[in-house]
Amino acid sequence: MEFLRPATWDDALAAKAEHPGALPISGGTDVMVEINFDATRPDYLLDLTRIDELTDWSPDGERLRIGAGVTYTRLIAELADQLPGLAMASRTVGSPQIRNRGTVAGNLGSASPAGDAHPPLLADDAVVEAHSTRGVRHIPITEFYTGVKRNALEPDELIAAVLVPPADGPQQFSKIGTRNAMVISVTAFGLALHPSTNTVGAAFGSAAPTPRRATDAEAFLAAELTESGRWDTRAELDPAVVSRFGALVAEAASPIDDVRGTADYRTHALSVMARRTLVWAWTDYRRNRVRTCA
Amino acid sequence: MKCTVNGQPQEIDDVWEGESLLYALRERMGLPGSKNACEQGECGSCTVYLDGTPVCACLVAAGQAADRDVVTVEGLGGEEELHPVQQAFLDAGAVQCGFCTPGLLVATHDLLEREPQPSDPEIREALAGNLCRCTGYEKILDAVRQAATTTAQAKAGQE
Repeated sequence: MEFLRPATWDDALAAKAEHPGALPISGGTDVMVEINFDATRPDYLLDLTRIDELTDWSPDGERLRIGAGVTYTRLIAELADQLPGLAMASRTVGSPQIRNRGTVAGNLGSASPAGDAHPPLLADDAVVEAHSTRGVRHIPITEFYTGVKRNALEPDELIAAVLVPPADGPQQFSKIGTRNAMVISVTAFGLALHPSTNTVGAAFGSAAPTPRRATDAEAFLAAELTESGRWDTRAELDPAVVSRFGALVAEAASPIDDVRGTADYRTHALSVMARRTLVWAWTDYRRNRVRTCA
Repeated sequence: MKCTVNGQPQEIDDVWEGESLLYALRERMGLPGSKNACEQGECGSCTVYLDGTPVCACLVAAGQAADRDVVTVEGLGGEEELHPVQQAFLDAGAVQCGFCTPGLLVATHDLLEREPQPSDPEIREALAGNLCRCTGYEKILDAVRQAATTTAQAKAGQE
């Protein structure tokens, strides 16, 4: 195994083009475990931690462009106001040590159905910016996850950044695990209310082969809120609507039984988390705590 | 591979860059303070500073540490004297089997650098990535509070 240590992004893309099998490494949360346990021996390891331009985030049109090297710790410290859902999810990642090195781009690269960043990225219509020596490709997050630990990246592509619109309404995240830290989710749920477009984002992890949006639940809730005029009146939600939303989220899941939980438990937990996060988010909305992009 | 460890420039041969920084520290540089337990970032026993940030050394590829600045538990105290955090762990009886202690010392050292008077929830959050399987957490929390107090007193004495 050879260790490639490009100093610039162009060098990294050239290395990936020359060695499409090269495994990118940044925070090492997943990659080093595989190497330590001899689960993988890539011919080339491509270290991205020397490339300074990856560690920036900045506004990019109507979205925030988060460089692939921005750690969870920095995302929590610097972007919690603008991306509350993603920041909440980031706080549940591993431990302080893990968050000090781990990145959202790493979550995307691994594409584990249990990655904590996926539900908020799906709920907030993120876009993955993939680069290669051939050019730049913007991949909508809904098209990014293609299977268990598989994603839409071409062999010569690297993730340069993820583009996420700043919250235009309340966002929530909920995750179930055996303890409060250092835990892979049994299942997780992210919710984003979008009052500027009268739409809803709802997505879950660890309850299907890929992270997934609950599109029927999203459409149902958006229609209910629009038809009842609640986006404007901010009136209390009908409990039947909350229940139906939870049921539709659970219906979207296709979980399995595994060591972390049963399929039945995951389905039930999702309906509970969907109801709870909706009530929390709606309470925020009623208090007019709408976070707008400044 | 060249890097700085505990303030000393190090040059080590025969490092396989895909091996972990933890392995390089323990097996190539003779610094066994950082402990090797889970090798998957779960236990925090291998916590070291990398360019001033606490990380799990088992999740850093040795090649990623090249030209970087590493501080291990061996670098906290001096030759003659323990660091106040180390002394507090001894005094509070926070060391049982001792395996988790090096990682907890580095994590506590970092916490008190950032937050000299941490609240209990802040301590718990800061140490959430460090497992003690003797389950001596109460004494460990005592030690962190003691270390905060002695550090504050030492500072007040200097002023």
